[in-house]
Amino acid sequence: MTNLLLIDAGTIEWSRAQFALTAIYHWLFVPLTLGLAVIMGIMETCYYRTKNNFWKDTAKFWQKLFGINFAMGIATGIILEFEFGTNWSNYSWFVGDIFGAPLAVEGIVAFFMESTFVAVMFFGWNKVSRGFHLASTWLTGLGATISAWWILVANAWMQHPVGCEFNPDTMRHEMVSFADVALSPFAVSKFCHTVTSAWIIGAVFCVGVCCWYLMKKRETKMALESLKIGAIVGLVATLLAAATGHKAGQDVAQVQPMKLAAMEALYNGGTDVGLTAIAWVNPFSQPDYENEESAPLRIDMPYALSFMATNDFHGYVPGINDLLNGYTKPDGTREPSVDEKIERGKKAIAALADYRKARQEGLPVDSLRAELATINENMKYFGYGYIKDKAQVVPYIPINFWAFRIMVGVGCLLILFFAIVLAGVYKWPAKLWQKNDISALPNWHYWIAIALIPLAYIASESGWLVAEFGRQPWTIQDMLPTWVAVSDLHSSSVIITFFLFLILFTTMLAVEISILLKQIKKGPDYSS
Amino acid sequence: MRKDSFIYRFFNLYYEGFKNMTLGRTLWAIIIIKLFVIFVILKVFFFPNFLKEHAKGNESAYVAGEFIERAEQ
Repeated sequence: MTNLLLIDAGTIEWSRAQFALTAIYHWLFVPLTLGLAVIMGIMETCYYRTKNNFWKDTAKFWQKLFGINFAMGIATGIILEFEFGTNWSNYSWFVGDIFGAPLAVEGIVAFFMESTFVAVMFFGWNKVSRGFHLASTWLTGLGATISAWWILVANAWMQHPVGCEFNPDTMRHEMVSFADVALSPFAVSKFCHTVTSAWIIGAVFCVGVCCWYLMKKRETKMALESLKIGAIVGLVATLLAAATGHKAGQDVAQVQPMKLAAMEALYNGGTDVGLTAIAWVNPFSQPDYENEESAPLRIDMPYALSFMATNDFHGYVPGINDLLNGYTKPDGTREPSVDEKIERGKKAIAALADYRKARQEGLPVDSLRAELATINENMKYFGYGYIKDKAQVVPYIPINFWAFRIMVGVGCLLILFFAIVLAGVYKWPAKLWQKNDISALPNWHYWIAIALIPLAYIASESGWLVAEFGRQPWTIQDMLPTWVAVSDLHSSSVIITFFLFLILFTTMLAVEISILLKQIKKGPDYSS
Repeated sequence: MRKDSFIYRFFNLYYEGFKNMTLGRTLWAIIIIKLFVIFVILKVFFFPNFLKEHAKGNESAYVAGEFIERAEQ
């Protein structure tokens, strides 16, 4: 099992590391774009309704910060597509017909929509009507959100492949239902959870910046009004993220139970399962899940995992060993063991080899119905044919376990934080806030708000760590493990580009932070 | 061209917008440098189309070979 601190210098591990690095950096820019889009949209709506120039200046200030982040984030995602073509060419060929479609739609529709309206938003003040400008601001945000939709559809398909059929002649999965792919319930819940989490980032950033102004006793009116909007968006978004997270958790329980078991360090399943509040899972080594009953020092919230996974406090949740050895589901059907799945995967690969050989020899498709039937019957477990040891299908538990706890823990902290900020700005309850004006608190209060900005990012990235580490070893769930998806490249070329990206992205991030800080220090430009 | 025509106003929006940029100039410079690095340097020199180079037009056979061989390893 790969150890996090000792990344194998092989092509597979470096390609994975490079993809992770690119995706993590890309996700630094995206959520702020999506989050600030909502906040600046609300501010401009206030201007549209009140015609008060204060709101126009405030909206312009936040739009400027949005613009900086937008400019820095442009095209950082395109590098992921380069990596598909070079590092993951087998994967790209195998599922390119399906995976490419949402990416193409994203490129054509959403990107052009975004770039058109962003121009009106920045250049159109005093040149187009207030209503058209407001629409452009919201449509910029909508365009970015639609972009996210298509990207998340593609990602969700990798986690839960639907709407496709394998063609052994072309060696490609071909789309049989665009609607099934685009409207997969897994994609819908992933989108809702991801976008609401992005709104949280925008809100935390907004509140943090406002608190900096309050600490410096500058731009007090703008900071207080923005604080209200930031805290409302933040509170609504954190509550929505909790609700959508519950739905996303249920989807994971249905289609990726191993991921859920790894997130929870649940070695042995059962009914009435509690959600682990805390336990000792060594961050640097895979636990001995085969022999341990449960993680040491485990304190759980009774019945909560059963409820989270099944909406029933007494629902059955399989553990890692159940999934490895097979188990009977509550409806009486049997989930095969990994060994059985390996056998079925091998059958599919052997049938594919026979089919391809026969076709090369010129035999017609009609004479190969038996091979085709074997491929189709076992395609669901195709990837298991490459598994040599069943431990390979268990994701690295420590990352999943701790990343999930960071995400949920920070999420809960943010609910509390936004509630307190809102109570402060609206002075509720009045008695408590009588002597504590939110614009004149001791500095450490504001520092907490500022410190929550990187913390919220860590939580957001942790969510992605759970999503992606949790589905290991699969690039496509149950169908294609990473070591088959990867190209037959020399690792040195991947290592070079890994460090090139590291330098490029770190430079961009440093430039962004520097420009953002400069503009925040400068503050809004007030109209006369 | 009449100044109240749609085409003129459309053109003018962009013309005036780009002309009066302040911070935007820096951001555009960064975008252009970044796009140059991504598309001209990284794409051309470091991210070739692997299958195009190795499969020589017969991608399905190449990928099938990879899939079958790797199962035997």
